[in-house]
Amino acid sequence: MAFSIYDFSSFTQSIHEGLSNRLSPAGTLAVEWVIVGIVILLFVAVFGLFLVYAERKVCAFFQQRLGPMRVGPWGLVQTIADFIKLLMKELIQPARADKFLYNLAPFIVIIVTFLAISVIPFAKGLQAFDFDIGVFFVTSITAVGVIGILLAGWSSNNKYSLIGAMRSGAQIISYELSVGLSLITIVILAGTLQLSGIVEAQRAGWFIYRGHIPAIIAFFVFVIAGTAETNRGPFDLAEAESELTAGFHTEYSGIKFAFFFLAEYVNLFIVSAMATTVFLGGWMPLHFGNLEEFNHVMDLIPPVFWFFIKVFFVIFLIMWFKWTFPRLRIDQILTLEWKFLLPINLFNIILMTVIVLMGWHF
Amino acid sequence: MNNMVMFIILSGLILVFSLMTVLTRRILRSAVFLLFVLLATAGLYFMLDYMFLAAVQLTVYAGGIVVLIIFSILLTSHISERAAMAGRWRMIASALVVILGAGVTLYTIYSYAFKPSAETAVPSTMKSIGNQLINYGDNGYALPFEVISVLLLAVMIGAIIVAKKEVK
Repeated sequence: MAFSIYDFSSFTQSIHEGLSNRLSPAGTLAVEWVIVGIVILLFVAVFGLFLVYAERKVCAFFQQRLGPMRVGPWGLVQTIADFIKLLMKELIQPARADKFLYNLAPFIVIIVTFLAISVIPFAKGLQAFDFDIGVFFVTSITAVGVIGILLAGWSSNNKYSLIGAMRSGAQIISYELSVGLSLITIVILAGTLQLSGIVEAQRAGWFIYRGHIPAIIAFFVFVIAGTAETNRGPFDLAEAESELTAGFHTEYSGIKFAFFFLAEYVNLFIVSAMATTVFLGGWMPLHFGNLEEFNHVMDLIPPVFWFFIKVFFVIFLIMWFKWTFPRLRIDQILTLEWKFLLPINLFNIILMTVIVLMGWHF
Repeated sequence: MNNMVMFIILSGLILVFSLMTVLTRRILRSAVFLLFVLLATAGLYFMLDYMFLAAVQLTVYAGGIVVLIIFSILLTSHISERAAMAGRWRMIASALVVILGAGVTLYTIYSYAFKPSAETAVPSTMKSIGNQLINYGDNGYALPFEVISVLLLAVMIGAIIVAKKEVK
């Protein structure tokens, strides 16, 4: 069977057939679960470490420094060395903490990120679950993640942790609205919630182009709200180091701290991947209307690369925010959401509905 | 077979965590066990291929109600607090009520003959649910949908009025 880097469905299909020939249906299912689990686990670990490296480099360049340079060429192995150090650190527990919840919290946060990654379409046929309710599933599963942060802050029995957790909770719950509503704006245009269907609908043109004005507004709102959802700067007051030490994960050390740290970067990836899938055409190559030759050259670049090029563009955009804007106060954050983003969003949905009804989109 | 195994695992989780929810003396742990019960229920819906209801369960119960409960616990209680043990008479009385309730439920379940429905299954895809929800024809849910929307709007306005600062 011929495998192609442009379409992974034959590849996954052949794995499935190979397994079903040798094993019972239940055995096949179990082995496939384990394979998918390991792949996602590896992806999260490697990609998370790479994002930490990218963040340090981007930060350094914005501040006219070189960033990590000593470990490996251009400091490429720096984050792996950091990770090994974290693995070997002692796990310290505060004496008066609620031990059970304290140990549970990092796992809730990291498991939620795994679940969200499992529905993202990396390329044609390269998607763990293709739900009918894709977009809705991502927003509903990320809503559970905030529980891990709240539990971490409370069970540490530390004032800084508790204040950090409350700030983070209020912020995430508020901005969830904008994330959901800006995605709905595009769902109106796409006519489906299924992520693979949304990507397929953009074959004729990315939604940010086809939906023009409302789609561009929705894209900006989504990126702003997504940054706030991941607790990143300029919305990082939940772990404002100058006032709260490290916010909700002050009391965590070693691998449990690494879980929070990794989850933050993987969430950054999830937000960027959702922005890519919903607004920027997912793994669809860049096409211009009548330029046949240009379109053909673009088709030669495999979809996986297109996906990651777009994801890195959005990630860079969000990192750019972080190192450019000063941190907002809690009242400014809530004002931005409730008095600006939410009304803009609601108006935007009406605008999009009118455009779709009148057929004014491309 | 696979479905049976998953059902036993999920319902086992629901049973164990429901018990732990009411048996623990720390209120935040109780809320977390309740979260696990609700997540396992969402798992049951996933097992039935009713994706939409499962996602609603996750959003409304796990992401909404449990977060609200946890928030209120965070604001009101301290980590060292434990619920007081009930007195002897109250324990006996509640044991009696529990046995009575369980008896009534079990009797109803076992005396009712569950017959498989003769009607064909309605597709539970997102599209059919969406169409049904705003359909005012047969079996449409347009009226309840609108009534709930108005109710929700009224509740939100009420919440804003309650939370608003007095203008002096």
